[in-house]
Amino acid sequence: MIADIGFITLLTAFLCAVYAIIAAAYGIRKKDDRWVRSARNAIIATFPLLLLAAGLIITALLTGDFSIRYVSSVSSRGMPTYLKVTALWGGQAGSLLFWNLLMSAFTATVMLSKWREQKELMPYVIIVVGMTQVFFLLLSTFIEDPFARNVVIPADGQGLNPLLRHPGMIIHPPMLYLGFVGFTIPYAFAMASLMSNQQSDNWIHTTRRWTLIAWLFLGLGLILGGRWAYDVLGWGGYWGWDPVENASLMPWLAGTAFLHSVMIQEKMRMFKMWNMFLIVLTYCLVILGTFIVRSGVISSVHSFAQSAIGPLFFAFIVIMFIFSAYWVTKRHDTLRSENQLVSYLSREAAFLYNNFLIMAILAVVFLFTYYPIFSELFTGEKGFVGPPVYERALAPLFAVLVLLMGVAPLTMWYRTSIKRLGRSIIWPALGSTVFIVALFFLGVHLWAALLGFWLVTFSAALTIMEFVKGTRARMRKGEAPWTAFNNLMARNRRRYGGYWIHIGVLIMAFGIVADGMYQTETQLRLLQGESITLGDFEMRFNGVTRYPGADDLLITEANLDLYKNGKLVRQLTPKIELYQRSGQPMTIPSARSTITEDFYVILVNWEPTSADAATFRIFLNPLINWVWAGGLVFVFGTIIAAWPEREKQRVRARKPAIAVAGD
Amino acid sequence: MLQTVTKTKALRWLLLAFLLLLLPAATFAQQQITDDQVNEIAKDVFCPVCENTPLDVCPTVACHDWRELIRTKLAEGESREEILDYFARQYGDGVLSNPPRRGMSLIVLWILPALGVLLGLLLFSRVLRGLRAAAAEAPASPPPRPKSSTGDPTLDDYISRVEKEIED
Amino acid sequence: MTDTIQTTPPATEAPRRKIRWPMVVMWAAILALLAVLAWGLVNANASRPEAGQNAPTFNVEFFDGYEWDNRAVSSLSEMRGHPVVLNFWASWCVECRYETDAIEQAWQRYRDQGVVFLGVAYADVEPNSLAYMNEFNVTFPHAPDLGTAISKKYEITGVPETFFIDKNGVVRHVQIGPVNQQMLDTLIPQMLAE
Repeated sequence: MIADIGFITLLTAFLCAVYAIIAAAYGIRKKDDRWVRSARNAIIATFPLLLLAAGLIITALLTGDFSIRYVSSVSSRGMPTYLKVTALWGGQAGSLLFWNLLMSAFTATVMLSKWREQKELMPYVIIVVGMTQVFFLLLSTFIEDPFARNVVIPADGQGLNPLLRHPGMIIHPPMLYLGFVGFTIPYAFAMASLMSNQQSDNWIHTTRRWTLIAWLFLGLGLILGGRWAYDVLGWGGYWGWDPVENASLMPWLAGTAFLHSVMIQEKMRMFKMWNMFLIVLTYCLVILGTFIVRSGVISSVHSFAQSAIGPLFFAFIVIMFIFSAYWVTKRHDTLRSENQLVSYLSREAAFLYNNFLIMAILAVVFLFTYYPIFSELFTGEKGFVGPPVYERALAPLFAVLVLLMGVAPLTMWYRTSIKRLGRSIIWPALGSTVFIVALFFLGVHLWAALLGFWLVTFSAALTIMEFVKGTRARMRKGEAPWTAFNNLMARNRRRYGGYWIHIGVLIMAFGIVADGMYQTETQLRLLQGESITLGDFEMRFNGVTRYPGADDLLITEANLDLYKNGKLVRQLTPKIELYQRSGQPMTIPSARSTITEDFYVILVNWEPTSADAATFRIFLNPLINWVWAGGLVFVFGTIIAAWPEREKQRVRARKPAIAVAGD
Repeated sequence: MLQTVTKTKALRWLLLAFLLLLLPAATFAQQQITDDQVNEIAKDVFCPVCENTPLDVCPTVACHDWRELIRTKLAEGESREEILDYFARQYGDGVLSNPPRRGMSLIVLWILPALGVLLGLLLFSRVLRGLRAAAAEAPASPPPRPKSSTGDPTLDDYISRVEKEIED
Repeated sequence: MTDTIQTTPPATEAPRRKIRWPMVVMWAAILALLAVLAWGLVNANASRPEAGQNAPTFNVEFFDGYEWDNRAVSSLSEMRGHPVVLNFWASWCVECRYETDAIEQAWQRYRDQGVVFLGVAYADVEPNSLAYMNEFNVTFPHAPDLGTAISKKYEITGVPETFFIDKNGVVRHVQIGPVNQQMLDTLIPQMLAE
């Protein structure tokens, strides 16, 4: 019953999306607004339909309707209720449905909120968004139907993949999807602007916040993915330059470049084509990333190579790439810069340097991620590139980027004199130099670490100075310090939100440099009652307990006492969790986490018969919490930047523009 | 593809690993080699059985065997380079996280990025110069800045910037 | 007339637009990427050679003390004319232990009729491979999977896997998981009978 309704709902949504494209195209051709409105209604209708479909699957998951194949493959009776709900995106068919739901929600929102504002662009937006929707609904309806039935109804389901049961992994995919889906909207507006041959910057204003929010979610997805790796994968790190990780990093980088260079267009009306290209590139990297990690082309983990999705997805990529490139080429000449570069030392030049660096990083990541294909194509052997190669190539680029992050905000539009720049730089430069000299005498002797710390503190000092100077400037007008500080941010959310984001990234960078350079680790075998001393820490192994957990889980848990300077600070319980039905073991680390360092232990091995000995792997991760703390600041900054400005201000800000347009 | 096999068989392999550990390891003269020394090399090796998981954390028996081989070789006095080289010869360059500098990997991982960055810089400087030249032909006049009011040039400049940007 | 002559040159020059290099580069990059992806997809979908398909050729370097036709180094193409039983195994593989004896016995029975048995140790370390072969007392030709190249060509999904290749180099049967005596005694005579 549920399966039938579900399939019909999906089919209807698919037909709605197809109809929307046709009606919008016909409406444009005949210049008939009724067709366009009908197209809009059809594309909005996909949202309630998909909401219903998702609701049906969740109902089936909650009630344990194992006649549906998807339900039996990702859930089981013993699973906790919240996992049954989140199992919606625990498998391929469900993820696709969930992706479609988010896509239609974004589309419906943009249709309803921006319809009046962007009447000329909307028919084209419907076509572009519709193309993406039609493709993913096609997959959902005909290839990966979440409502497909089981031939034989099993008594119980197989349960959710253990790797996906961690809270980080429960929030991580929706964040990534929101990011991926979110970038479709600015892409659609950019393409609409090209197709309609509107030579205005309208699409940028309309989609500014969308882009920022999509970028935020993608960033959050990356950070949460790192946290998940740290908490669950048990290798003491958070980022492994895995193709799956790179696939979401690359669109995020392209989006970062766009968010910066778009400011040149807004202020100087320059680089219109370049911005168009960047947003198109972001979207293409999104779909390419989705394809590449799942098609088995690079890695065979979560591969759908054997299903029909691979070739279909490839066809979709071909269509979207050629479609995008066609319109970019066709309108290339109409998008001219209205301004020129006055000086190499100016805000707009700084944004260009930023774009160059980010593009270089993106190119390197791209090249290395696709290296296995190139290698196999030319040598027949599947090559592999590991973290050391990435780090070696990217470290200098990131270092210059961090420097630019601090210096660029000091530059002004048009031109900045070296003298003025030098005046603003001298004190932060001296201060951060004093700081690293102090670090040197405290025992930090690696030159790379010292350089990294210097760059980060220098940039951070410059960024903080921006806040100080801005607040002081306002205080001159008689505002109290706190009011001045708040007004400063309220008046220019984007700029100061951006600085907060920079501070967040710098805090992360500080943690990354510290952990990358000074992570220590050891692996050893301990007998029950034995202890080991590591720096200020002493860890005592009390024994191992084994007990059944939820569902079919068998948990082997070591009991450890952690002493710091002779004082008991924490009991640690690293575990090996074994999902008996699938035979899949998971190593769950345990950590004592403080702002200065993490004491992170993994139970590598346990020998039940030989006097209760166990092998442990211990990581001392200095300042690793700075990475997560920086992530929080990053989110805070993005929210400030994306927060809607007060209506009054917007009206005031827009008046002159309207007056000019009226002339 | 191999991953699926790995998962289903991991339990059995793990049990076998326990058993193997029980075997008196003393048959090899390798006790003086610590796990840390082994992991130091294993970190940079990726065995084909566990895709995208470095050898030092991969839980399968195959990887356990590989680690024990590293231990044996270390005990025999081989250097890190010799061991990594052996793995590359035996199992292909694809098992090293830092591929040896030859053939394809030399081109894609060293020459291409260096060339790309150089070419990018060249192109970028040309674009910049082009933009600059255009500017010289038709100079855009920067807006006049308000006069000093606080006596501190840096601060004046900043106030004017803040105000200007608020107006924009 | 003179008027038109004077005005034509600029008019003909105007439509002859400059080549837009960024656009050319962009299209070239897109087409190249799509071509590589297409190749990658075909390659990823290339499943193992199934029954009826040609067996990809490969070179082998036998373990010390093992040889075929008095050769320490050989290749599948040199074995053309002989039926080949290509067995992928590993010392860490539990299920391989069920089949090794059966394969060794079959080798003893069919070696005089020109059947080649070839064991390839996948992702295995040499000392363990040698110990395993010693333990089971196997005598048929064994080789390491140098460069993980042979298993790559045959796209194996795990061990054990056995390919039965006939005299013409065509795969006749692929066995996922252990083989047994009955299977060997059915398939090998069939391949010999041709």
